[in-house]
Amino acid sequence: MQNRRQAIQHSAVVASLLAASGWLPTAAQAAPNKAAFDAKTVQEAIKASGAASISESKDVTLTAPDIAENGAVVPLGVSTAMSGVKHLLILVEKNPSVLVAVFNVTDAVDANFATRSKMGQSSDVYAVAIMNDGRALFAKKEVKVTLGGCGG
Amino acid sequence: MRQALIPVALAMALGAAPVLAQKTASQGIDEYRAMLQDGNPADLFEAKGEDLWKQKRGPKNASLEACDMGQGPGVIKGVFVSLPKYFADTGKVQDLESRLLTCMQTLQGFDAQAIAKTNFGSGEMANVTAMATWIAAESKGLKFNLSQSHAQERVMYEVGKRLFFMRGGTHDFSCASCHGEEGKRIRLQDLPMLSKNPGDGVGFAAWPAYRVSNGQMWGMQQRLNDCYRQQRFPFPGFASDATVALGVYLGVNAQGAASIAPAIKR
Amino acid sequence: MADPMRIRAQASGDKATVRVLMSHEMESGQRKDAAGKIVPAWFIQEVTASHNGKVVMTAEWGPAVSKNPYLQFSVKGAKAGDKVSIKWVDNRGDTRTDEATIS
Repeated sequence: MQNRRQAIQHSAVVASLLAASGWLPTAAQAAPNKAAFDAKTVQEAIKASGAASISESKDVTLTAPDIAENGAVVPLGVSTAMSGVKHLLILVEKNPSVLVAVFNVTDAVDANFATRSKMGQSSDVYAVAIMNDGRALFAKKEVKVTLGGCGG
Repeated sequence: MRQALIPVALAMALGAAPVLAQKTASQGIDEYRAMLQDGNPADLFEAKGEDLWKQKRGPKNASLEACDMGQGPGVIKGVFVSLPKYFADTGKVQDLESRLLTCMQTLQGFDAQAIAKTNFGSGEMANVTAMATWIAAESKGLKFNLSQSHAQERVMYEVGKRLFFMRGGTHDFSCASCHGEEGKRIRLQDLPMLSKNPGDGVGFAAWPAYRVSNGQMWGMQQRLNDCYRQQRFPFPGFASDATVALGVYLGVNAQGAASIAPAIKR
Repeated sequence: MADPMRIRAQASGDKATVRVLMSHEMESGQRKDAAGKIVPAWFIQEVTASHNGKVVMTAEWGPAVSKNPYLQFSVKGAKAGDKVSIKWVDNRGDTRTDEATIS
């Protein structure tokens, strides 16, 4: 196994080669959806992400702890076994910016993503699947936060 | 519902949110901590530390690869669980971070005093922390085995013990006020008893650690510094004899405990 | 240039689980500095993942994603020896790309 130093050196070389070879996103790649990220409520954010309808569903799974020791880092995962999923979203209802992340699903990846989010206070957290047909299906859960993660 | 029969980790792997009703806050926190284990941002500091060790830097434009951390020049595997210890070249007992300062000064020409005065998280101090993270990682899982064969090592143990129990400051706190008894806790933080062996991966065996609350990497020196802040004591000097002595006391008490550094903490 | 990412990619069956740690402040734009002024938002906005040169996943992030972000996903039809590349772009236009080999 390559040691870490070699791996990093290698990737730096590769990175510059990739840049030189023009492997950069083309203009056709969607720009970040500003409206969705500016939305102040869960409903607004989901609608702004292209959903025609919103309903709760047992087919969407939200993986989240019941209680986070610190709101600066809360592990959150969104997944579904359904096919025909276009986007998977994570939202934190009481955050100043409600929409945390949008994952664009392709055939090449599982509809299953995990990341970590800041949470300003205890709040409902939503995992949303936006289907190709425009339906938004969600699962939600309350995550308690003992110490808010947005302040200093 | 007998949710307790299903190991929590397995429940999470199946994507099922554990049933709320039966769980205590403490169990909930344990789950949260378990969810963070995979993917510790300390890895980023580890990679940086390894890089820094090998880079030619400082007024002498030299790397630290000839630095002797106690088992010969350049030997890094296993040194973390043997520190602090006595070093013949400086004639002192030194811990990981003070030894890094020694090497950065003698090999690279940096000013150790100036680095010691630099705030945690900035400039060369941040580099010391990154290197300490990498060096600790190279001993992950190994058991603490500090030497007490040199007279000075034994003296420092006794000094550390005295300091541990010494009450002072505006609130008359000592380390023992929080860490001198079993079963103590502050809000949701369990406080390990450090006047004896607290077990694998606890106390001395858990630092350096990445603190998620401020996204910073903390070495043992910063951990001690912050303890003193909370005791309302003046800050001990970085890598001062007092902090090294405490390290000897804690490290010898942790004999046989496995290190989990670099860990991830709240 | 930003510090390198840590990418671990492990094959299992015909999929590979990819775990990424990125080095980034992810400043939310909610905090105030000592003088009382808002610290400007500075965060990764776009993430692109590629497998053997082909884009397999894109993501858009807001400022709520944690500092030194973690990302985990699973690539289909991947095997040991394949390359996985991750690229991020932040709201200042800074970018970083790193690659790893699936083990």
